[in-house]
Amino acid sequence: MYLDIPRKFGPIIHQAQQTAKEVFRPISRKYDRAEHSYPKELDMFATIMDGMNDGSLNGGAGAGKLARSGNGSGEGNRNGTNMNTVLGLTEVCWGDVGLALSIPRQGLGNSAIAAVANEEQLKRFGKTWAAMAITEPGAGSDSAAIRTTATEDGDHYLINGEKIFVTAGERADAVVVWASLDRSLGRAAIKSFVVEKGTPGMTVERLEKKLGIRASDTATIRFENCRVPRENLLGDPEISVDKGFAGAMQTFDNTRPVVAAMAIGVARAALEKTRDLLDSAGLDLDYRLQGWNQPAAVRELHLLEAELEAARLLTLRAAWMADNGQPNSKEASMAKAKAGRVGNAITLRCVELSSSIGFAETELLEKWSRDSKILDIFEGTQQIQLLIIARRLLGKSSAELK
Amino acid sequence: MPRDPIGLALSTMTRLAASPWLDRLGVRTPVEKAAYQGTKAGFRTLSLAAREVSRVSGWMPRKQLPARSSQDLFDLSLDDDQKLIVETLSRLAMDTLRPAAAEADEACAMPAEVYEAATELGLTLYAVPEAFGGIAESQSPVTSVLIAEQLARGDMGMALGLLAPFGVAQAISQWGTGAQQSSYLPLFCDGDAPVATIAVDEPSPLFDPMQLQTRARRTGSGFELSGTKSAVVLGEVSDLILVAAVLEGTPRLFLVPGNSDGLQRSADLGMGLRAAQLTRLELNKVTVPNDALLGDDSFDYPGFLDRASLMRCGLAIGTAQAVLDYVIPYCNERTAFGEPISHRQSVAFMISNMAIETDSMRMLTWRAASRAETGQSWHREASLARLLCNEKAMETGTNGVQLLGGHGFVKEHPVERWYRDLRSVAVHFGGAHA
Repeated sequence: MYLDIPRKFGPIIHQAQQTAKEVFRPISRKYDRAEHSYPKELDMFATIMDGMNDGSLNGGAGAGKLARSGNGSGEGNRNGTNMNTVLGLTEVCWGDVGLALSIPRQGLGNSAIAAVANEEQLKRFGKTWAAMAITEPGAGSDSAAIRTTATEDGDHYLINGEKIFVTAGERADAVVVWASLDRSLGRAAIKSFVVEKGTPGMTVERLEKKLGIRASDTATIRFENCRVPRENLLGDPEISVDKGFAGAMQTFDNTRPVVAAMAIGVARAALEKTRDLLDSAGLDLDYRLQGWNQPAAVRELHLLEAELEAARLLTLRAAWMADNGQPNSKEASMAKAKAGRVGNAITLRCVELSSSIGFAETELLEKWSRDSKILDIFEGTQQIQLLIIARRLLGKSSAELK
Repeated sequence: MPRDPIGLALSTMTRLAASPWLDRLGVRTPVEKAAYQGTKAGFRTLSLAAREVSRVSGWMPRKQLPARSSQDLFDLSLDDDQKLIVETLSRLAMDTLRPAAAEADEACAMPAEVYEAATELGLTLYAVPEAFGGIAESQSPVTSVLIAEQLARGDMGMALGLLAPFGVAQAISQWGTGAQQSSYLPLFCDGDAPVATIAVDEPSPLFDPMQLQTRARRTGSGFELSGTKSAVVLGEVSDLILVAAVLEGTPRLFLVPGNSDGLQRSADLGMGLRAAQLTRLELNKVTVPNDALLGDDSFDYPGFLDRASLMRCGLAIGTAQAVLDYVIPYCNERTAFGEPISHRQSVAFMISNMAIETDSMRMLTWRAASRAETGQSWHREASLARLLCNEKAMETGTNGVQLLGGHGFVKEHPVERWYRDLRSVAVHFGGAHA
């Protein structure tokens, strides 16, 4: 048993830290204010990241590398791509979550492609920056209820419907769209399709103005008889009642620890800043076993730190299980639920502990407390995570425990 | 003529036997059993102590267990030894401790069969280096925490009772001088190991183990100890008590025989942990010889407290797991409004959160233990683990009762006992040691 970060991840962590500090932090406030303007500083960084991945001995990191690593190959304990990604992203999000979500070629669509694409598709879309379009005005957490359809038309599918909350929907080279082949067949008929930018019939209707992660664009996209080649349907085109939807949902087992890592990064940023402020205010921040004799702010700071460590370790556990080919659906949701909520709680409390310094735009504390909220919502809300965990613990189906 | 130790033990027994509250509480038989165990061990200590004189000249040099070498990969799996220990103690917990827990709680005593089963397993041997008759090859705070966790799944009070001598053996293994190790450690490897315990807590609000009121003063031939200790596990029946007291401004531990002159022991029963026979000690100028001071100047009191904290965390995790394992089948079987109550989100989500927080406590505690084991700094990690356990253990306990509703409030189910036991997690500092 060993629960610390292995030395071999030192270089990637250091690189990510440098990026966060030297690339993201200096422009963090700029793109919070200039919502919807493209952070061009990221282009060069993305190229560096591609290089890092291609040359990596550890199987690389990032959205497009998830899911294909572990799978139980080989003997013994493995610390691979999932852990690498979680560790790297935590550091990057310490810099800025919105910018991290805008890194070219690191979209959620890339994770979906990595999870379900066949070899030919992997080759074709491996280097594409892909956004993910699931949510609709009438279907959020209930992704089985989506109304967007894909109708066969010769060698093509015609996609019709409206998608909202598409992260990087305008900037990405392609969008992975969830649509139903036959709405009468329910969730099994839901498939994902890669729709490349500029395909006629696909229009970005508008970009949302948001509470946080303003550096990241969030698009509404309309599909009107949008013609997509048959071979852009990811995975198996057969409608299989057994595993059709489960396959699509598996993407989330891999991306939930990633979102948890984002929450950990932003929360750590807030906690470190608050700690510095309290320290310079002259508070004794020593760790004591009897914390009730310390100032309330110090005990609270330590409790937040403990919660953050718990979230971090639950996230590493989920990633470690994925790297070692162990089913981790429950643990991935536990990590996401814990990190999402404590990430938000920590950033909000840090504003409070820092008083008007925390509230003001002169520091980033107020921004972090706005950015963190989305991390308890997207890739499955807190409540959806608790539902998944409960069904696993109690042995209940989605029909029984609704 | 001063009373010799056996005489004092017998005299204590007689006073205890005359105590009217034994009958009033209807607990006479189990206390007699526990007291029997205590005396038996006491006689054993004495007969061995007689041999010590000849042994002192030949004592072995101080032997501290090495730290394990640091690993280089994140790894949550247990090694083969740890798996075996977990399996064995899990069986002990579920087959022996859990079935005896309700009665032991009522009786406020450790059942004899629990002692016997634990002795058979040689629990304390894990704390003692091979050179002194034990089986420990390296320091293993991780294994200690796993032991605490498994035992507490059975019952936290009895777990503390079993871990108190284990903790004393650990402390002597870690900090004792060569003479102390040679004198005491072999005793813990015998079939009839002494009952031993650790006294840290004192009866004051916001008690801080770094600010002890119990004092030790140097005398010509040794030390004189005065102060009050509370919530001492098995304090009334212990042959050997490791007492924390301030010596010249520094907290130290003293090896105090349970039958010392000036030491008064009385029951200090609490809302929970009743099988652990919590005891109050009044030390009124208790004199101990020079070699009663545990270790030398290298003794690390904060490290000692951190190790005790880890054990408390292990106990918290084990009992929280017991609560979780109990409410899952209960909520699946209990129906209301025509379906299992687990079909309701308000119920199901409480269970999800209990699982999340139990694993959170576990991850933090394991990390602190694994850092301690591999020789890295770990005070921060132990403090954070303890802080989280202080918060989440009680939360799990109170939610366990809540999920059973009125049935959780009555003694037909164990959740009310776990609730009482879990309140102790944030309260006590002594008793166990990793």
